[in-house]
Amino acid sequence: MKFKGHHIISMTSFSRDMIDSILETAERMEPIALGKQRSDLLSGKVLAVLFFEPSTRTRMSFETAMYRLGGNVLNLGSIDASSIAKGETLADTIRVVDGYADAIVLRHPKEGAARLASEFSTVPILNAGDGAGHHPTQTLLDLYTIKRESHLEGVKIALAGDLKYGRTVHSLCYALSLYGADITLISPMELRMPEEIIKDLEKRGAKVTETDSIEHAINEVDVLYMTRIQKERFLDPTEYEKVANKLKITPELLANVKTELKILHPLPRVNEIHTGVDEMPHACYFRQAFYGVPVRMALLALVLGAME
Amino acid sequence: MINEEQELRVKRIENGTVIDHIIAGQALNVLKILGIPDSSQGVVSVLLNSPGKFGIKDVVKIENRELNVREVDRIALIAPNATINIIRNFNVSQKKKVHIPIFVEGVVKCVNPNCISNSNEPVTSKFDVAVEGCLRLRCTYCGRFISEDIAKHLL
Repeated sequence: MKFKGHHIISMTSFSRDMIDSILETAERMEPIALGKQRSDLLSGKVLAVLFFEPSTRTRMSFETAMYRLGGNVLNLGSIDASSIAKGETLADTIRVVDGYADAIVLRHPKEGAARLASEFSTVPILNAGDGAGHHPTQTLLDLYTIKRESHLEGVKIALAGDLKYGRTVHSLCYALSLYGADITLISPMELRMPEEIIKDLEKRGAKVTETDSIEHAINEVDVLYMTRIQKERFLDPTEYEKVANKLKITPELLANVKTELKILHPLPRVNEIHTGVDEMPHACYFRQAFYGVPVRMALLALVLGAME
Repeated sequence: MINEEQELRVKRIENGTVIDHIIAGQALNVLKILGIPDSSQGVVSVLLNSPGKFGIKDVVKIENRELNVREVDRIALIAPNATINIIRNFNVSQKKKVHIPIFVEGVVKCVNPNCISNSNEPVTSKFDVAVEGCLRLRCTYCGRFISEDIAKHLL
């Protein structure tokens, strides 16, 4: 499968074969990501990292991915000290930077920014989040985590938290529907997944169940994907407290779950997963953060044509 | 037999385009999509709430301008049942129905205020068009749908 020169904008353009191919490549990258093997696969290549919004994990894991493969990273640095502060359009910034780099990683506060960038760039654009829009590399690393820690085909998965606004859960669900997943959605009424998306998922072959009770749902599933509920979504802070407390994972709550249950979280967490869970065999959210490195290494190697 | 009053209302044109069967109330939006008056030098007549076989409708007559397929299909977004009559020498030389295009550019503004197409970037809005019961436009940039009151979002 040829990825050379492809932009990575949203999961909607990925077929199951394409996802499988990326995940297989990521698996081959793991020893290099762990520092156990050296690689100069991307030696002489330059990755431009344009983050118009703050990020820790995504930016650092892209940079690590590039360095681990022997490539170099060019960072935009502070927006205040750049031409963007002078009012330069994104289109112009991209046209300039694509002359300096072999690929561009972009995070931008506006939805559709990565799509626009791809129209002006001659080098591959990798979308690292565009407002409330897409974040495909997060979805791919989530899928990789599920594959590595559990299984993808027909996985029984519960997704809990903010399912209305959470962009990661929407694109993850779409991708999981390609694997015939059995999806349970756990959220308070006010943060339910939009009806339109649920219908779409069912049309694509996923089995979808909705509930607002985490206790009942988690005993049956292979994977629990937790997300953070954002305080700013609620007008009334006491309402937030009430909802947030109902969706909290504690060691006691996990008493009757399957032994092989795996808990994922895109991080950062606030208090939705008790720290007591961290040492339990179910917890794999920190490994999930690491898996971002081999997945992004795979994507860089593929779009830069170093692997097929 | 057409009386004088009616004849005045629907005066025949010698050359140009007659857009018939526009949903009542949408004629001015049709003009907006066609960029009229800026894009036409000839006389343009607009008939609102005209009684027709299937209830009231709007009619637009544009003198000395023949609409092309691309212009015609853009009209389909707000007037899906419209018919286009190309008039030459007082006769209907071509009669065609509008077809809903699969893609439109620079016609509708995205409803998402945080969409990159609504910022100061050198791009025009782009939408994929689908008919799923009703007409649904999907912004190529941010993916947001417009399915109701498309006329309200014309650029």
